[in-house]
Amino acid sequence: MSRARQSYQGVALVAPTSIPYQRYSIDTAHFWIARALKGSLDAAGIAPADLDGFSAASFSLFPDTVVGLTQHLGLSPRWLDQIPMGGASGVVALRRAARAVQAGDADVVACVAGDTNHIDSFRQLLSSFSRFSQDAAYPYGFGGPNAVFGILTDHYMQTYGATREDFGRICVAQRTNALKNPGAVMTKPLSMDQYLAGRPISDPITLFDCVMPCAGSEAFLVMTVKEAEKRQLPYATVRGAIERHNAHADDPIQLRGGWTLDIDELWQMSGYSPIDMDLVQTYDDYPVISMMQIEDLGFCKKGHAGEFLCGKDMTVSGDFPHNTSGGQLSGGQAGAAGGFIGLVEAIRQVTGQAGPTQVKGAKRAVISGFGMVNYDRGVCTAATVIEGGGA
Amino acid sequence: MTDPIQPPPKKNPLNRSWVSTIPPAARSRAALGLTAAAAEGRFMLQVCADCGATQYPPRDACHKCLSIDLPWQDIIPTGELLAETTIRATTDIYFRDRLPWRAGTVRLDAGPPMICHIHGDVKPYARVRLINRLDRSGQGVILALPEKDTPNMADDPHLRAISSDPSHRRVLIVDGRNPNTPDFAKALKDAGAAMILIGLSEDWLPFQGRKALEDVGAQIIPLDVTDTKSLQRLAGEFGGKIDILINNARYIRPGGVIDRTDTNLAARELEVNALGLMRLAQALGPAMCSRTADGTNSAVAWVNILSAWALANEPSFGSFAASQAAALSLSQSLRAEFRASGLRLMNVFVGPTDDEWHQPLPPPKVTPAAIARDVVRGLHGGFEDVFCGDVAKDLNERFRRNPKVLEREMTGGGV
Ligand SMILES: [Zn+2]
Repeated sequence: MSRARQSYQGVALVAPTSIPYQRYSIDTAHFWIARALKGSLDAAGIAPADLDGFSAASFSLFPDTVVGLTQHLGLSPRWLDQIPMGGASGVVALRRAARAVQAGDADVVACVAGDTNHIDSFRQLLSSFSRFSQDAAYPYGFGGPNAVFGILTDHYMQTYGATREDFGRICVAQRTNALKNPGAVMTKPLSMDQYLAGRPISDPITLFDCVMPCAGSEAFLVMTVKEAEKRQLPYATVRGAIERHNAHADDPIQLRGGWTLDIDELWQMSGYSPIDMDLVQTYDDYPVISMMQIEDLGFCKKGHAGEFLCGKDMTVSGDFPHNTSGGQLSGGQAGAAGGFIGLVEAIRQVTGQAGPTQVKGAKRAVISGFGMVNYDRGVCTAATVIEGGGA
Repeated sequence: MTDPIQPPPKKNPLNRSWVSTIPPAARSRAALGLTAAAAEGRFMLQVCADCGATQYPPRDACHKCLSIDLPWQDIIPTGELLAETTIRATTDIYFRDRLPWRAGTVRLDAGPPMICHIHGDVKPYARVRLINRLDRSGQGVILALPEKDTPNMADDPHLRAISSDPSHRRVLIVDGRNPNTPDFAKALKDAGAAMILIGLSEDWLPFQGRKALEDVGAQIIPLDVTDTKSLQRLAGEFGGKIDILINNARYIRPGGVIDRTDTNLAARELEVNALGLMRLAQALGPAMCSRTADGTNSAVAWVNILSAWALANEPSFGSFAASQAAALSLSQSLRAEFRASGLRLMNVFVGPTDDEWHQPLPPPKVTPAAIARDVVRGLHGGFEDVFCGDVAKDLNERFRRNPKVLEREMTGGGV
């Protein structure tokens, strides 16, 4: 296990697309995926039939898979992938697509995530999510992820002395960011007092700690830097990327994720360190998980995220821009698209295309993913460092 | 401590009854091992035969060494509550009626962490005792209890939901002439039953036990499990008031197949022991199923007293044993039919009882008081299977190990 990873040199991320989310949709995952795919292909000037690589992530495609999508959408790729990793799917899709492009197995890979949200689909998704959840989590009150993360948040607070204000700061800052993003589901400001007065959902988690399930989609394209330059597309390069699954399985409750095993390698590959980052995109299904990532990515010591963030301004104009589009907490969680939202926004940011949420002069970003509560914790973790092209 | 449950007010027949719902019931095949252990109230987990790792959630292969040999073993049920939550929102209709709901993660001293129900008297981050019980869907679930008993702890909503506690409930004991009835009536009265009805067949015949039963406050009503009409009359009058039914009707005579010359006794054995169960269930089962969510005195359990010979035939009572096997098989069907309502079916398997019919058999024999104790224990635990007395327990162990070997032993092939 000691071989050095090869670099991601020569790989470009282009054409970031986010389709504005909706609370409920009568349309299907196919519909949402098609819209994001079209957005990215149109931006790059590629016809669907000419696309030779395709990667999809979705929870609500059933009974179809990515195979059904090729016929449904008229694609004929020579490289095809499906990423069942929820919140880690964006970074993982990027990693795989980048290697396919480097190796010449595909010229252009479209990475797309999208889900619909019908009135009853969240409950249905929950009840068939995983065998361990079915056997050993749902019979205990059927609180879904809120209950698991309620337990996890209780343990984090108990172990490290974190307070509700520590979580609130993240939620309040993201809401401020979301107000600048016309695609966000949340459109009203949120104050710390409002956060603290939120209705209890699954103690100690309250209303504003939870994401709003919704429908939406996200996409980006992976191609060579040469190809991106030929097409005159603004692009980001990949400085490094890691993923890890089922790490620290003997920890009785999750306080850290698989990043801790690979993070040194990520920073080493990238040639940067945390202080060089212009923005940070964490997977924010609950604020405690963002704090866990800020620690495990190396921004501060374990258990100190509350204290660390207390001295920071996490808005797009602040000194620690975090989840600049509002993240899922204020933007909504569109199923597997929640694993793409931070990455797609970061590609916009480092290529100067973020518009109203643009962090001034942003060139470098770290993005992390966290996915799949198979039973009592998130199993999949991933992270990447990207940089605006021509830097 | 838990707030004690108050006696429920009289029901207003014009109020709508709560619709019966059950908690999420889907399980993998491996997880049914937990359910099988819960049916007897045992706390068991899979332990790897190759490396000794304890597994949870239930698996098909060891998470340490990939062995597929994962036998279920009794585990010391103690641990520490590491963290908890109180669920205040859910999309599940069973739990939505019962919020808020306390759940948490307990680290078992034997190894794995487990998400479980948390009894209201457990202090945060305290040491706990774990029990494995059937929930209303009939599946095994883990509940964390305080390390030591607390006042009124049985009245905790978590525990009340998984037990078939007789307190505040109305009980029908089917056969007043069975010698075990006085002990049943007394044990249930002591367990807090609000009303005890006792069935009496051929109630024009003299009945010496009447006064003893009336002295414990029981009400004697006509009931004959071989007479469909009498059961219909009973259902009309009492169908909506029976929360626990204890079917102790029994007809027993010695003899097997060719040592009898006709089928008359066998017909009577089946008539009472097997078809009697069926008639009772047809008359009273539907009403009980419709009342499983009916507040403090909701319908909660159906109890059959069966001979352990239902599992394997004892040839000296071969024909009777066949009627018990038939009753057991019917009870499995009935249990499945009760499933959607959450009504629990409990079989109490007893060894030879201490009465005139078992006089030729050697000890140990089960006393009526012992059966009554186990009935109440089984109701408190919400069990599906209770083995009463050493003979029944021994027979169950041997049955689990090898039914064919047991058959040969029962028919005189063993030492
Ligand atoms: Zn093993």
